[in-house]
Amino acid sequence: MVAHAADAIPQRSRVWAYIARWLLTTNHKEIGTLYLWLSFTLFFIAGAMAMVIRLELFQPGIQFAEPLFYNQMVTMHGLIMVFGVVMPGFVGLANWQIPLMIGAPDMALPRLNNFSFWILPFAFTLLLSSLFMEGGAPNFGWTFYAPLSTTYGPPSTDFFIFGVHMMGISSVLGAINIIVTIFNLRTPGMTLMKMPLFVWTWLITAFLLIMVMPVLAGVVTMVLTDRHFGTSFFSAAGGGDPVMFQHIFWFFGHPEVYILILPGFGIASQIIPTFARKKLFGYHSMVYATAAIAFLSFIVWGHHMFATGMPLAAELFFMYATMLIAVPTGVKVFNWVATMWRGSMTFETPMLFAIGFVILFTIGGFSGLMLALVPADFQYQDTFFVVAHFHYVLYPGAIFGTMAATYYWLPKWTGHMYDERLGKIHFWTAVVAVNLTFFPMHFTGLAGMPRRIVDYSLQFADFNMVSSIGAGLLGLTQVLFLYIVIKTIRGGEKASTRVWEGAEGLEWTVPSPAPHHTFETPPQFPPIMQRDGR
Amino acid sequence: MTSIASTLKSGLVFLVLWGTSRAAFAAALDLREGVTDMSQRIQALHHMSLWVCVVMGVIVFGAMFYSIFAHRRSKHPQPADFHESTAVEVVWTVIPVLILVGMAVPATTTLIEIEDNSDADLTVLITASQWKWHYQYLEADIGYYSKLATPTEQIENRAPKGENYLLEVDNPLVLPTNKKIRFLTASNDVIHSWWVPDFAVKQDAIPGFINEAWTRIPTPGLYRGQCAELCGKDHAYMPVVVEVRPEAEFDKWIAGQRLARELASGQAVADRNKTWTMAELMQIGEQVFLTHCATCHEPNGVGQGTTYPALAGGKIPTGPLEAHIDRVMNGKAGTEMQAWAPQLSDRELAAVITYERNAWGNATADLIQPRTIYAAR
Repeated sequence: MVAHAADAIPQRSRVWAYIARWLLTTNHKEIGTLYLWLSFTLFFIAGAMAMVIRLELFQPGIQFAEPLFYNQMVTMHGLIMVFGVVMPGFVGLANWQIPLMIGAPDMALPRLNNFSFWILPFAFTLLLSSLFMEGGAPNFGWTFYAPLSTTYGPPSTDFFIFGVHMMGISSVLGAINIIVTIFNLRTPGMTLMKMPLFVWTWLITAFLLIMVMPVLAGVVTMVLTDRHFGTSFFSAAGGGDPVMFQHIFWFFGHPEVYILILPGFGIASQIIPTFARKKLFGYHSMVYATAAIAFLSFIVWGHHMFATGMPLAAELFFMYATMLIAVPTGVKVFNWVATMWRGSMTFETPMLFAIGFVILFTIGGFSGLMLALVPADFQYQDTFFVVAHFHYVLYPGAIFGTMAATYYWLPKWTGHMYDERLGKIHFWTAVVAVNLTFFPMHFTGLAGMPRRIVDYSLQFADFNMVSSIGAGLLGLTQVLFLYIVIKTIRGGEKASTRVWEGAEGLEWTVPSPAPHHTFETPPQFPPIMQRDGR
Repeated sequence: MTSIASTLKSGLVFLVLWGTSRAAFAAALDLREGVTDMSQRIQALHHMSLWVCVVMGVIVFGAMFYSIFAHRRSKHPQPADFHESTAVEVVWTVIPVLILVGMAVPATTTLIEIEDNSDADLTVLITASQWKWHYQYLEADIGYYSKLATPTEQIENRAPKGENYLLEVDNPLVLPTNKKIRFLTASNDVIHSWWVPDFAVKQDAIPGFINEAWTRIPTPGLYRGQCAELCGKDHAYMPVVVEVRPEAEFDKWIAGQRLARELASGQAVADRNKTWTMAELMQIGEQVFLTHCATCHEPNGVGQGTTYPALAGGKIPTGPLEAHIDRVMNGKAGTEMQAWAPQLSDRELAAVITYERNAWGNATADLIQPRTIYAAR
């Protein structure tokens, strides 16, 4: 007994040491890992909510979810996917990769980095806890339009507001850290126009974050004061305007959707040249196009609001500005194709996901162009056509981008090659499932099915069933992805320093797995690449 | 299982339709053509932008797939090393701009017409509330509520679903053919959106503000749509049904509505003068309750959590009568409990309050007469 008790003490202190290590770490690689695991965990939670939604929509009638619960699922699915999955996923990639790609020893502000991560688990615990509260979780859609979220919001709305504030603080701190790191810690010789595109897109994303997250904080605060402190920002009865909510929200919201996609552009721009074994076509125009998209994202918010009774002049302005986004986006797509053109391509899993990203994102871009035309938007607005559109840009865009990046850099992070055969199975099932889930939504939308409805008329039944079957398959592919990642962490073929034959850049000059501390002295740039990649 | 089979079957049907009838195929996959000039022009705009996208897609993805095929390592082992060309970049910036201008021109002319709300022949004020529409004919001074008519049994899968499941209402909006009809939209609570795809009219109904839209419908018929903006729990159960009649029939219908209003006010006087029995009021009250109240408070009055309080044994239905009458007639500000005084007759209000005070073990034995309600108005 005595011996046993004596053994237990070091055991317990080892556990504490382990917890303390992850709680107090200031290492960019460990924090990157934390972000990625948080994102992955929330991906399963928000994905499970999507399963509830698709299960309920499998057939007409009410089967699994009462209307109020359904609305909670729709809301939480959107909020968590946007703020809990895509954003932390990209921040995790930034944490791991930006110091490695610019030859920095760590992020510029390591303690701030720790703090900005550790806010998030608490923010999402707070948000998720609202599911178990009296009156249920927020049920007004992730866009929380007033007065549904103000006068009519459930009591848990206040927890949602506080959660959003915490996420906003985390994002702004993370963005500051990324900007400071990129501006100050680049290795000598790496001028701004020699930075890898992933770094460029994240720099621009970080500026977008700093500009719009305070706007979101402002609008949730106005909702809070409307709810509890007698203000009437969004209530006509007190001289306010519910439509002003939408203006402020979408002034945040539209740059936000570019926050969710620009790092994906950067990832595709890293991966495609590697596997085409050819330099990225039009590096300069890629940078300018990204900056142009970021600028335009601030002057198109009104296209979310064409049915709110906007004056003609405003409708025309927002229509033209929105159509203009197609130009820099087109430049990017053309550049990717030109990079592939006359290259010498192989199709490992990261390349497959990157090509899937380009094609399916472009389809989402096409429907975005169609949505820009105001007269047609009167028919598309608030239907499943819109749901199809933004899932095409976000799933094969942001999520495929993150998966491509994971396969691409996982050997560098873990020191092991992932299972190529399983990776390919993952890609092909995901592509089939994504299209099976989201393509029929174009048809139900055009036929007149509004979004965010728990039950629908019989004419929409067939395509909804197809979507639900696709969604089930899509859910299963994520389990496979989890398995592949864990398998790679635990072992596998040893990865070389360069990992990929055609890979260029500083991150491929450090050993695999990347040591705890890298680039303690600034590396030479441009680097001399070893010839050991696959 | 049968519906999975039916999905497969309709998949086959699509393939067959592809070969036989383009119209039927388009009906399943395409934007609705609708019946108005505007809806058809919008469909043409939709087709134009869709084809631009398809052509661009074929060119871009065609180049990409050719490259994937011809420039893979096994066929093309030595990569080229070009990586910029100002001329090419300028070309693929300028050409999209020209295409966009070509798309913007018809979109702009159509939009300018859509926004021309002048010279209407008839104006209907559409006031939304959770979860029904109120239609007010401003010139004729007639108004009524329109709400979902699909029985709960169908929604809860206890009865087979009808042909117009969730797209049927008790009182459709009646409109004449070939008149320029102006819609004014407003809301009593949250934002709703009034949408009829066949007219290509979708306009948000915003509390405190009035929006405008218009249509001109050439063909009589029944047209169905839905609320398009998330408006709370029963957002899915807020259909729009419009019945379009030839002008002469429409005028007759207006006259009939006016007559009905006179009769109703005569009925109201008769209701007030009569002294009703408990059995009569309980019977009417149960009907009113199931139609209007049960969606939130549940058919057996148990409610749903704190959002929709229980009425069985509830504080209000078993408390002072005056407070109960006040709550039912005037609602509770800031909640989904609406003011029912403008929506129900004295008889219906008296009956439903009587019912709530005496059903599900609420044994107050209070009997409320329509004249009490009349006095409280």
